[in-house]
Amino acid sequence: MTTETGIGASVRRKEDKRFIIGKGRYLDDITKPGQTYGYFVRSPHAHAKINNFDATEALNAPGVVAVLTGPDLEADGIGPIICGWGITSKDGTPHKAPAHPALAIGHVRYVGHQVALVVGETLQEAKNAAELVEIDYEELPHVVEVGDALAEGAPQIHADVPGNLSFDWELGDKAAAEQAISNAHHVTRMDLRNNRVIPNAMEPRAALSEYDMGTDEITLYTTSQNPHVHRLVLSAFNGVAPEHKLRVIAPDVGGGFGSKIFIYSEETVCAWATKKLNRPIKWTAERSEAFLSDAHGRDHETHAEMAFDSYGKILGLKVSTKANVGCYLSTFASAVPTYLYGTLLNGQYTMPAIYVEVQAGFTNTAPVDAYRGAGRPEATYVVERMIEIGAREMGIDPGEIRKRNFIAPDAYPYETPVIMTYDSGNYALAMDKAQEAIEYQGFEARKAESAQRGKLRGIGYSSFIEACGIAPSAAVGSLGAGVGLWESAQVRFNPTGSVTVFTGSHSHGQGHETTFAQIISDQLGVPIDQVEISHGDTGKVPFGMGTYGSRSLAVGGSAIVKAVDKIVEKSKKIAAHTLEASVEDIEHAHGVFSVAGTDKKMTMAEIAFSAYVPHNYPADVEPGMDETAFYDPLNFTFPAGTHIAEVEIDPETGTTEILDWVAVDDFGNVINPMIVEGQVHGGLAQGIGQALLENCVYDKESGQLLTGSYMDYCMPRADDLPTFRVQTINTPCTTNPLGVKGCGEAGAIAAPAALMNAITNALGKEIDMPATPEKVWRAAQDL
Amino acid sequence: MYDFDYKRPSTLDEAASLINEDSVLLAGGHTLLPTLKQRLAQPETLVDLSAIDSLRGVCPDGDKLAIGAMTTHAEVANKATIPALASLAGGIGDPQVRNRGTIGGSVANNDPAADYPAAVVGLNAVVNTNKRAISADDFFVDLFETALDEGEIITNVTFPTPDAAAYMKFDNPASRYAIVGVMVAKTSGGVRVAVTGAGPCVFRQSEMEAALSGDFSPRALENINVSADGLNSDIHASAEYRANLIKVLAKRAVAQING
Repeated sequence: MTTETGIGASVRRKEDKRFIIGKGRYLDDITKPGQTYGYFVRSPHAHAKINNFDATEALNAPGVVAVLTGPDLEADGIGPIICGWGITSKDGTPHKAPAHPALAIGHVRYVGHQVALVVGETLQEAKNAAELVEIDYEELPHVVEVGDALAEGAPQIHADVPGNLSFDWELGDKAAAEQAISNAHHVTRMDLRNNRVIPNAMEPRAALSEYDMGTDEITLYTTSQNPHVHRLVLSAFNGVAPEHKLRVIAPDVGGGFGSKIFIYSEETVCAWATKKLNRPIKWTAERSEAFLSDAHGRDHETHAEMAFDSYGKILGLKVSTKANVGCYLSTFASAVPTYLYGTLLNGQYTMPAIYVEVQAGFTNTAPVDAYRGAGRPEATYVVERMIEIGAREMGIDPGEIRKRNFIAPDAYPYETPVIMTYDSGNYALAMDKAQEAIEYQGFEARKAESAQRGKLRGIGYSSFIEACGIAPSAAVGSLGAGVGLWESAQVRFNPTGSVTVFTGSHSHGQGHETTFAQIISDQLGVPIDQVEISHGDTGKVPFGMGTYGSRSLAVGGSAIVKAVDKIVEKSKKIAAHTLEASVEDIEHAHGVFSVAGTDKKMTMAEIAFSAYVPHNYPADVEPGMDETAFYDPLNFTFPAGTHIAEVEIDPETGTTEILDWVAVDDFGNVINPMIVEGQVHGGLAQGIGQALLENCVYDKESGQLLTGSYMDYCMPRADDLPTFRVQTINTPCTTNPLGVKGCGEAGAIAAPAALMNAITNALGKEIDMPATPEKVWRAAQDL
Repeated sequence: MYDFDYKRPSTLDEAASLINEDSVLLAGGHTLLPTLKQRLAQPETLVDLSAIDSLRGVCPDGDKLAIGAMTTHAEVANKATIPALASLAGGIGDPQVRNRGTIGGSVANNDPAADYPAAVVGLNAVVNTNKRAISADDFFVDLFETALDEGEIITNVTFPTPDAAAYMKFDNPASRYAIVGVMVAKTSGGVRVAVTGAGPCVFRQSEMEAALSGDFSPRALENINVSADGLNSDIHASAEYRANLIKVLAKRAVAQING
């Protein structure tokens, strides 16, 4: 039964009312009595030694409460910022993660590096005093690009990391891949650059910390995608407070895209300093601080070789990547270019042999970590550019070569050579639908029409796959994760029949308050306006792992289903007692419990009331209707699909116009099609942004961030984007109870390859991202 | 930003009396306020010109159009009777910028990538101040430098109506300032081609003006070799690319004029 508010309905987002009327409660909207303001003194240099630090004058400035430094943190036993995923190098040694104090001690290693916290009665006073802090820096040689950092003779960033190499990791069968390449009919060889991007969530990172001397409890409000992970790390590793004395609240959060997963210096310092000063402290990043110090994304230099037989069947793939991890290893930085990247290099294809090696290098730049897609866009970019170029070199149609290589719909579960087991998919169906939607047969005529107007038209494919719903604890644990990746849910009926669901997932734009409520409404027949979704407060919700990797519905939603199952099981006992039937005879559908073969029934609301007012109640059942479940998935989910982009280039100026974009995605079952479409649109905007507009540039000479504001860092605007034509196909995931796969990252994963394939198809030659007008013009003019 | 005094005079004379070496004039504030917020400037006094009614408005005056210094880009876009000028103003920034930013502020600031300098020079306008009238060719001196004296206040800019004109702009994709903007105009004094964005300051492309005087067609520009020497080069566009854009945009402006 599909209802207007059940599974499959495009219910309007419940949360939007408060956002639209300006009643959203973001971090900077929260104020505490006696609040002070924190301002961070940051390094103006890419690499320098701190010879002297003098805050005397700053401390005497009006309104200054404190100036706190790295040595102060160290003296209080506050541990360094950690990386939570251990990677083992080829030689069996663990990755090198140099100590990362939350405030610099002795050295600064990138422009924007946090050196001191100035706390003032007002923000203005804190900023005024920050200018009076005198720091004697001795500049040291720096390096900003990973290729340079890993080269012989590069400046050394950390004394204990020779050659700036954090790890040299591999996956797959090297000998088999090399054998495939040496025996191949054709080998495509390419150097590919996956450009560095800056996440740019609309709400900048922020923290507000408060200490209660009476209870000895610290409350930290922070812009987090995973408040319990923040609490765990701040407690267990940084030693800010014991877990039961630390409450982390992530209120309305305005976008994350990965950048708010991580435990950063700023909130760590604020959480510690509030107790030290016994004053609430608020810090809100300015946009320029966000550019400088949010964890950036991507930044790979890759050489790839793909081997084909004469029919265009892929025989093997060998990939060598240098990944820039910035100056320190951020929370999940080590997992992104390894297990979230190498494991997806199989794409949608049968590839008998794959080998990937990744060298992760430190540079004098901001840390690099997960950004929408995290590793999977990089993998898709390699696979989908290589197969497209291979098709061109071999004279095979790019759609046809993919069809020749697709894993067949009856081949599941399908084990890849890079340790993934795909549960389900129908890749040819998505391709067929995409080709039909874009009218692929008519492309040559459209290209000829463009040529008559002096324009270059191109078409490009991306048949992407991703692993999301991150994911089974045992699996990620065996690969080095320091945490489990299950999710929690608590479904609490109130006596009058309304429901509060507490979820360990965290919504920072995804629409959980609607999608999760639809699950409850559908399965328990509760009107959707009587379902409240509560998240983001460690003081309210059970321990949960948060939202990233398109996991909220597949993992968090499944936890809700498990809790609902417990509610149903208990309700059946109550209904059986009340209706004087046996439990086995009670049938349940959408919140109505009936005795099989009779017209005797009870509604969920009646049962909930009975559970709280148990006057006539089964002896062996506890009162109350409040069930908690934890769900650990059996596998990742594997959303996949085909996107086709069609572009037109003006060769005189190098401008690329995206004329059409078709996306056919297999997300398994869909709860709310409207929200899914919105997620795809957002992902596409970011993926297109990366391929066409966005580029993080550090100046090699000075180490300064040249793209430190919207004057130079080009965020996509609405008029940069075409009207997207989005469809889904629905091959249910076989490993979770909802059959859902996850949709949050698909657009960002698929888009760059589709767009670059279209642009290079139009140009007839290869260029790297981003396809800026000048780069395209040079290619079009043969310069 | 640092603390400062704020004055909002209602007459031009009062404004002039408030100017000294520690004060700064505030027009639309679109360059000044970000500079203050980043603590890159520390004026003692901000003299806000927004209450001086005589500085605002788009006034046709015979074959000229007088635009008050405090007239916003949006107002120029909506009311200017010179289509090329209206279109140029309508392409500045975004709606928020256009509803705050002013022609006087833009011209006085002389940002090398601003649009208005191309209009002022290309249309051979006159910049009028509380002290004198300055011709377009004399007004823009160098990067962020104009002929304005210390404390001189622009009152309006008068644009002679051209026979025909067109402005072509290639946006910086990030800032939407001009990477290159070219105003081509047929005026009573001959063909004028003004280029903004490409160099440290707006300039006239005299070779193109000469070629178009003989043959006003895109074809006439075909053999002109625009040198990249002295043009701007940054992460968005090299000097060579800007040189290419000058020619492409000039041809397109001519084509638009010729319909």
